[in-house]
Amino acid sequence: MIAATEPTTTWYLLLSALLFVIGMVGVMIRRNPLVMFMCIELMLNAVNLSFVSLAPRVANIDGQTAVFFVLVVAAAEVVVGLGIIVSIMRGRIHATVDDVAELKG
Amino acid sequence: MLAETLAGPEIPWLDLGWALTLLAGTSLLLIIGAIVPRWRKGLYATFTALTAVVSFVFLVILWGRVTDDGMASAIADSIAFDHFAVFSLVAVLVSVFLTVLVTDGYLRREEYDGPEMYALYLTAALGASVMIVANDLIVLFLGLETLSLSLYLLAASHRRRTESQEAGLKYFVLGGFASAFFLYGIAFIYGASGATKLPAINDALRGSIDVNSNDALLLVGIGLLIVGFAFKVSAVPFQVWTPDVYQGAPSPVTGFMASAGKVAAFAALVRVLIVALPSRVDDWQPVIWVLAVLTLVGGSVMAIVQTNVKRMLAFSSISHAGFILVGVEAAAHTDSTDAVSSVVVYLFLYTVLVIGSFAVVTAVSGRGDDATSLEDLRGLARRRPMLAVALTVFLIAQAGVPVTSGFIAKFGVITASVDAESYALAIIAMLAAVIAAYLYLRIMVSAWLADSTDDIPIEVPTGLGIAVSFCVVFTIAVGVFPGWLLTLADKATTFLGA
Repeated sequence: MIAATEPTTTWYLLLSALLFVIGMVGVMIRRNPLVMFMCIELMLNAVNLSFVSLAPRVANIDGQTAVFFVLVVAAAEVVVGLGIIVSIMRGRIHATVDDVAELKG
Repeated sequence: MLAETLAGPEIPWLDLGWALTLLAGTSLLLIIGAIVPRWRKGLYATFTALTAVVSFVFLVILWGRVTDDGMASAIADSIAFDHFAVFSLVAVLVSVFLTVLVTDGYLRREEYDGPEMYALYLTAALGASVMIVANDLIVLFLGLETLSLSLYLLAASHRRRTESQEAGLKYFVLGGFASAFFLYGIAFIYGASGATKLPAINDALRGSIDVNSNDALLLVGIGLLIVGFAFKVSAVPFQVWTPDVYQGAPSPVTGFMASAGKVAAFAALVRVLIVALPSRVDDWQPVIWVLAVLTLVGGSVMAIVQTNVKRMLAFSSISHAGFILVGVEAAAHTDSTDAVSSVVVYLFLYTVLVIGSFAVVTAVSGRGDDATSLEDLRGLARRRPMLAVALTVFLIAQAGVPVTSGFIAKFGVITASVDAESYALAIIAMLAAVIAAYLYLRIMVSAWLADSTDDIPIEVPTGLGIAVSFCVVFTIAVGVFPGWLLTLADKATTFLGA
């Protein structure tokens, strides 16, 4: 019988890194602005997981309070981001970011 | 018992007057702007400019207090008041003031007159100020996001131009991406040092210099943080967004982005590196060196093939970021305080230059804000001689010709670099300045020598005229009499806690 291993901080850090990379890859390969936007939110929340799991390791609560601030920032980003996306995608429902490409040089 | 332990930190209201003024200005603009439907012509701009002036008065008081009582931290050590901060804050306010003057005529020309853009300028300035005074990485992140979110909206604010919307979307996606890296860097540094306040990070790291257990975590953290900063200051290879966003954003906004955004990001970068991470200088200095070289060369070379003036100025701003990085690299040698003062002087002078340049572009771009190619600039000398003269002054100053402020700026960072014995970097910087001169020459040739293809009259609104005249006078005055500015900047070389 192998006893189930207790999850340690490292596990959570690895999970957070994995989530961050999923978000990062998502931003780079997906072309729907809404999905890219969701991937950015995923990256921010992956960092939140890092903050809370590092807090007990360094024995203070700064990391946990940081999460509240990040949550507020993420919420503000939703407001601004959706505003921009709605204003640009109005009238072109199936558009992807590749259709919005007049600036180049 | 609980009430005692939860006693909040003391808040120095007078020292924070400049920030509260910006906040009050924003709220009043939005609230009164919503209640009273149409303000008289130019009133929004006047109100915003006045807010910046009142905020400036508070900064003058703060400068005096820092001189008399020494540097201080406030609100539980989360923000720092020192000369470096106040000097950079003044640069941000100057950029707000000038941008507002330029925006007034622009908004009426595009028929978008309203309080929204002015309120966003003020929130962006507030975010930039918080970044500058931040003595805590989380506070720095909050300031960065306040600034960035305002800039995303400002970039997308021209609702009829699809280019403007596209610029907003691109800036938003890439900016959010970079912010996530920045935040991940903060998390790692917190994990390695157990702190988010800059002096506390330094204490923890200095103590553990022999203990290698956390070094991997720390190095990844520093790397991610620098990536986030490099994106915000548009250093190569994180500059891809810059030309598109600068071209697409409304012209006055581009000038604001290039000035206030850069001032805040560089001030925060220098503070973090020098206050929090001096014990790891051997790790981050080579990174800054490589970024500086890539940015100097990349910015100057990529500009050569461009044909749109706004894009060319975007690459020029990248090359300026390279010069400022030369100063930052020199500042790593902690015995050379001249380097820090050369960085703030560069930021201050560049603020005025870039807003002046984009003010001229705003006037030339005409209704619709689309006429920004080199072609559209042809014959400017005949159509609007004074505007052509002003543009020329800004361009030769950006090229670093003596008797202009640009020379003082470039001379400062290169001297600092030589003093720090980074000879290779100083030589590369001088070569890059030569390559970049070609870009400015091309714009000047187009304005002076080429015949105009059409003779659409160029309107110069009063506010824009005042802003451009101020920038021209300032550029030449500082070039001829740089003493007073350098004396002020010499004070701005020490940081709280460094």
